[in-house]
Amino acid sequence: MPHSATSPPPRAPRRPVRRPTALLDTRYQVETPEGIDLLLRPAGLVSRALAFSIDLLIRGLLLLVTYVVLGLLGKFGMGLATILLFLVTWWYMVLFEVLNQGRSPGKQMLGLRVVHDDGTPVGWAASLTRNLLRFVDILPFGYTLGILSCLNHPAFKRLGDIAAGTLVVYRDTLPAQPSLPQAEPLVAPFALDLAEQRALLGFAERGASLSAERRAELAAILAEPLQVPHEQAEQRINGIARGLLGPT
Amino acid sequence: MKQSLFESRHQADWQAFAGQLDALERGKADRQQCKGFAANYRRLCQQLALAQARGYSNHLVEQLQQLVLRGHQQFYRHRSPLGAQLIGFLLAGFPRLVRAEWRCVLIASLVFFGSLLTMGVLVYLFPELIYSLVDPEQVASMEQMYDPDARRLGRFGERHSADDWLMFGFYIMNNIGIAFQTFASGLLLGLGSLFFLLFNGLMIGAVAGHLSQIGYGETFWSFVIGHGAFELTAIALAGGAGLKLGWALLAPGRLPRSEALRLAAGRSVRLVGGVIVFLLLAAFIEAYWSSMTFAAPTVKYAVGAGLWLLVLSYLLLAGRGAHALD
Repeated sequence: MPHSATSPPPRAPRRPVRRPTALLDTRYQVETPEGIDLLLRPAGLVSRALAFSIDLLIRGLLLLVTYVVLGLLGKFGMGLATILLFLVTWWYMVLFEVLNQGRSPGKQMLGLRVVHDDGTPVGWAASLTRNLLRFVDILPFGYTLGILSCLNHPAFKRLGDIAAGTLVVYRDTLPAQPSLPQAEPLVAPFALDLAEQRALLGFAERGASLSAERRAELAAILAEPLQVPHEQAEQRINGIARGLLGPT
Repeated sequence: MKQSLFESRHQADWQAFAGQLDALERGKADRQQCKGFAANYRRLCQQLALAQARGYSNHLVEQLQQLVLRGHQQFYRHRSPLGAQLIGFLLAGFPRLVRAEWRCVLIASLVFFGSLLTMGVLVYLFPELIYSLVDPEQVASMEQMYDPDARRLGRFGERHSADDWLMFGFYIMNNIGIAFQTFASGLLLGLGSLFFLLFNGLMIGAVAGHLSQIGYGETFWSFVIGHGAFELTAIALAGGAGLKLGWALLAPGRLPRSEALRLAAGRSVRLVGGVIVFLLLAAFIEAYWSSMTFAAPTVKYAVGAGLWLLVLSYLLLAGRGAHALD
């Protein structure tokens, strides 16, 4: 392949794949060279706006304090303060995003972080691009273009994100290990495919977060195929889940 | 294999890997700790694939997925052009990039310098024309700044050496801000960049023409010629970078618009990197050399011409060697 001016990146880019089954949620899948899918959860408008407001507040306070302190130093201090104003206006986000794993203080509080489209940590070039182009997202007033773009994009990107190839995602925290309800391990009366198997396990794992009535209602759906009375369906499903999990 | 057995067999590995990740994320991992990271990461990926294929519970799959994501973040990095490659970029990469993007740069330069020269000549010939562009108060303050009787020159007239700091800060803030705006507004189909190029060209041209016409030419030109070499070129380059963004949206070729924009942005942000360096140099020269009055105007003209020659030959010639530093 001849090397042109726009030479290809050293690694073939990993394109996000959208599965037809994932219609309702906004998860963003990235296939890695190891052949597995990374799941990223893009953050929506509200949490991003909140994170930005927090950052704005922090920057305002920072500038206020330094102006008061450096103002005491006279003109030399004002020179420093001007340089600082420049740094805070144009570089605050870039420095935090690159040096603090994609998180400005506001994003950190909201549990967000910035990554490249392929799930790698954001670098200097991409971070600079997305934050310089913020200037256009603000236009014509109050982030109008940014908001429109964010609401229109399947991964909630503003214009700067589209150009820089970045994504704002949630940092997931793992919920506590769920304990399966006590039940006698059973074997399912018929062969289960993967989705069914996972659905049964999911029901047993998440049972504690549902009300008893809702659990009964959900379990009743399966009463007929499992050939049990409605009242016993929940117990039966828990038993099958135990059986699938194996002896602990 | 049942899920519980799978979990109990590998739990220790996962915890060890999580420990390794913690150390890496805090940036405190030593050589010993990083040992075997790649192998552990690949094994984890395989275990995740197995867990998914065997239909293990959501909680386990999610736990593995998060570990893999954290591992992926540590394992794969984009090499960023502003890091270790900075020197190579300044010595060869930047001028090469400017030459590779000569179309956008040429258009931006024509718009900027063209409007600057035209407006300058027009105002020189028809002096009252400046008041259609600049309001009288600003004109008066400009005249005061470049009054030949002032001891020092520049935007604040009389000042002492401690003020150089103030000026340095002011120039950085003002000029880089303008350059960033010129670049970023290129995203509006290139119109924003064109506007800022034209606007700044007209303003500078009008002021230059006016000051020359009323006889303050020597103080003005000897002041601006030095840093102008870096500053004006930088604004033209920033405009060129902005036009590239706009062009990617207007004519994306065979790519989707978002993809074309992403590729164009990757290149033009590197141009902006060079622009920042130029403007830092310009601010330094403006604060510490241009504003001094001890040097005779002829010396300033000579130094200024030298700087213009330096900038042009840097952009046109640097990095042409077959084995240039990279």
